[in-house]
Amino acid sequence: MTFRIAPAPHTKPARSTGQVMRLVCYALIPGALAHYVIFGPGIIIQLLLATITAVATEFLFTQARRRTSHNTLADYSAVVTAVLLALSIPSLAPWWIIVIGTVFSIGIVKHLYGGIGQNIFNPAMAGYVVLLVSFPLQMTSWPLPAELSNFSVSFYDATQLIFSGYTADGYNVQQLKAGVDGISMATPLDTLKTGLSQQLTTPEITNNPIFSGIAGVGWQLLNAAFLLGGLALIATRVISWHIPVGLMLGLAVPALIGSAIAPDQSIGLFMHLFGGATMLGAFFIATDPVSAATSNRGRLYFGLLIGFLVYVIRTWGGYPDGVAFAVLLANMCVPIIDKYSQPTVYGHKGSSS
Amino acid sequence: MQRSKELIEQGHIWTFPGGIHPPERKYAAAEPIRELPLPERFILPLRQHIGEPADILVKPGDTVLKGQALTNSKQHGQLPVHAPSSGVVSSIGPARVAHPSGLADTCIIIEPDGDDRWGERQAYADYRNHDHATLLNHIQQSGIAGLGGAGFPTAQKLALQKPLDYLILNGVECEPYICADDRLMREYAAEIISGAEILMYLADIPKTLVAVEDNKPEAIKVLTEALQDHATITLRVVPTRYPSGGEKQLIQLLTGREVPSRGLPIDIGLVMQNVATAFAVKRAIIDGEPLLQRVVTATGEALQQPGNYWVRLGTPVAHLLNQAGFQAEPQQRVIMGGPMMGFALPDLTVPVVKITNCILAPSSRELPDAEPEMPCIRCGACADACPASLLPQQLYWHAKAKEFDELEQQNLFDCIECGACAYVCPSAIPLVHYYRKAKAEIRNIAREKAQAEVARERFEARQQRLEREQQERLERHRKAAEARKQSQAEAAKTTGKDPQDAVKAALARAKARRAKQQAQSSSDDDS
Repeated sequence: MTFRIAPAPHTKPARSTGQVMRLVCYALIPGALAHYVIFGPGIIIQLLLATITAVATEFLFTQARRRTSHNTLADYSAVVTAVLLALSIPSLAPWWIIVIGTVFSIGIVKHLYGGIGQNIFNPAMAGYVVLLVSFPLQMTSWPLPAELSNFSVSFYDATQLIFSGYTADGYNVQQLKAGVDGISMATPLDTLKTGLSQQLTTPEITNNPIFSGIAGVGWQLLNAAFLLGGLALIATRVISWHIPVGLMLGLAVPALIGSAIAPDQSIGLFMHLFGGATMLGAFFIATDPVSAATSNRGRLYFGLLIGFLVYVIRTWGGYPDGVAFAVLLANMCVPIIDKYSQPTVYGHKGSSS
Repeated sequence: MQRSKELIEQGHIWTFPGGIHPPERKYAAAEPIRELPLPERFILPLRQHIGEPADILVKPGDTVLKGQALTNSKQHGQLPVHAPSSGVVSSIGPARVAHPSGLADTCIIIEPDGDDRWGERQAYADYRNHDHATLLNHIQQSGIAGLGGAGFPTAQKLALQKPLDYLILNGVECEPYICADDRLMREYAAEIISGAEILMYLADIPKTLVAVEDNKPEAIKVLTEALQDHATITLRVVPTRYPSGGEKQLIQLLTGREVPSRGLPIDIGLVMQNVATAFAVKRAIIDGEPLLQRVVTATGEALQQPGNYWVRLGTPVAHLLNQAGFQAEPQQRVIMGGPMMGFALPDLTVPVVKITNCILAPSSRELPDAEPEMPCIRCGACADACPASLLPQQLYWHAKAKEFDELEQQNLFDCIECGACAYVCPSAIPLVHYYRKAKAEIRNIAREKAQAEVARERFEARQQRLEREQQERLERHRKAAEARKQSQAEAAKTTGKDPQDAVKAALARAKARRAKQQAQSSSDDDS
């Protein structure tokens, strides 16, 4: 009888790539639920659209690259990219926004670089940035949080808005954005940014119903939900704490200094941490292993860099939020971070190499 | 150093980075060690250690006694093998041996006669009255190599003359399933301790630390009792974490010291021996028994009686498995060693050798097949698990791209091949396999480079020799010519005749002959 030969170790991985990616999806459930509660049922349609597009793109590109699409689809990485992108864009954006973004993320950013594991840039964030610079109007048209809005958007309305641009009653997204006082309102970070650039002080700007709470209605809940999911990822050891902690430190320290120096001209610590895309970025986007640094020390540096860049972009840059740009810039620095953050190998203590 | 030594004395246990907690499954430890009936034949590879095979002393047809040396180690690096029982040498030739390659090596085949008759035995029960050289030679001639897995000749390790602080006796046995050392410690603690005393005497070591993982409470209990009146030998219990039994990791755990890269434990004042090696040393010195048998864990769900067995070296794996109630399933795997570092056997004729601590025949339920290899997602789980603080994924990328310079820069050769990285890899990449291949390729390149260097040196030496010879030839010719000229000059002087005259006359004669010939041929043309 012949016996089967296999290389050591003769075990099965405790957790496969597919399982890791599925765990990331599960950890995004609190965030997605919060999204649904705050911004309405549009997110469901966006998630569906993104997932279908991602799987189809993944399938077509693996076919074109003559790879086995079964294994590639089974690793769920395309689904994670799709879900992250869907959660990043305004939930009532037209259908073609998410479709273009997802095709770009999966097809160009991931597969043209050689598929999973080979991409330099975070696919979801590269897709997001392409959408943001190409379609700025659609990409900044966030609906008002439900509790501030005059209109409650039903699932039917959301479908109508996403696929035709108007609800059955003939309203478009811009009209739905009008707040209780009839004035169109942007996101808290955007409002702050615009206000500060008009020489208003922070207390003047935040004297507005959208700023109730610590970081703006809705957004603080959304960030708390992502924080919850992110802590679950750390607890289940899907990610290490280094990148999220680095990112938050890199953002919080300059924010505290900024607030101390010029409290009336700065965004404030809680606004930085719980406004915008901070928590989603810290726990789910910057932690994408493929495009992040390798060693734990490197990951800490990588996180710090992203956090600092987010602060810089929010404070002096042209965009109200900066997570996507910061992540892409840090992605470019990964090779050099890796080079200078190698741990000391056993037996090399005290030697120069 | 002084402070660290105080901490060692206090029993401080350091830690090492990384490591994993695979399911232990040491269920074979429940039963005492069993004897195995003699097999039909023994297959004894000449080389069961790190080093060169020794010279064969027997020929086919010879009758041998139990414990008789079959090979003779004369040179450094050689280690003899012995007849595990009395019988007849039936043949000597290539047979498949326990090596991942499945290749054949020279083996001595012995058919036992069933009497199990001992040959002459030499013991040194009063070893303190003998000098070190005699005892070391005896250990060497008893064929003892490190039984923990590496198979380095024990006497050679002890003979390195350097001041030593501690002997570390390794009873950690961190790999899943394996419990041979555990059973040995439970049943033969006193003999292991005498072995340690002999080792301390031989290498002038003041103190011994016996290390056991905390998942072996019974062995710890037995050793604690046995060590009660020993001031110089102390027990250290280390937390269960693979690979705490690795030499470098255990040193780090017990002393906080690190073996320098490409160095040896002896460089930092330590020497490590496996508990089974200490036992074998005791048997060789006190009882005069060469290394003939060892404890092997036969385990896995494909066996009906998993357990530990006294297995004579050279016993075919099939014999051991049959005795343990082997029921092969289709596509059965049989692994020599543990699930982390062992290798799959191509067939079961291969013999148990000095470094075989476990034969694992798992069901596909307990150790399912590896999943197909998927692309690396750079998750870094491997780096978190690496006990050497390497970056396994970087090594993998470079190994795949055959960037050997990069690999050496990333310290590939500090990898101990424990397999922790591959165990945690979510993409099921057989990482260690890549490293072994890259290491082999780098060694090949170094060997070829060395060979090319030798060839170049030889070529240059030859060029120099040729040039020198030519110079010498020219010199000889020049001298000869000078001598000739001188003798001619002298001849001219004595006879008064210029020797050139004869030459001139000969030239004139030749000229005349040519002119005559020419005239003749032109007249022929005219006609």
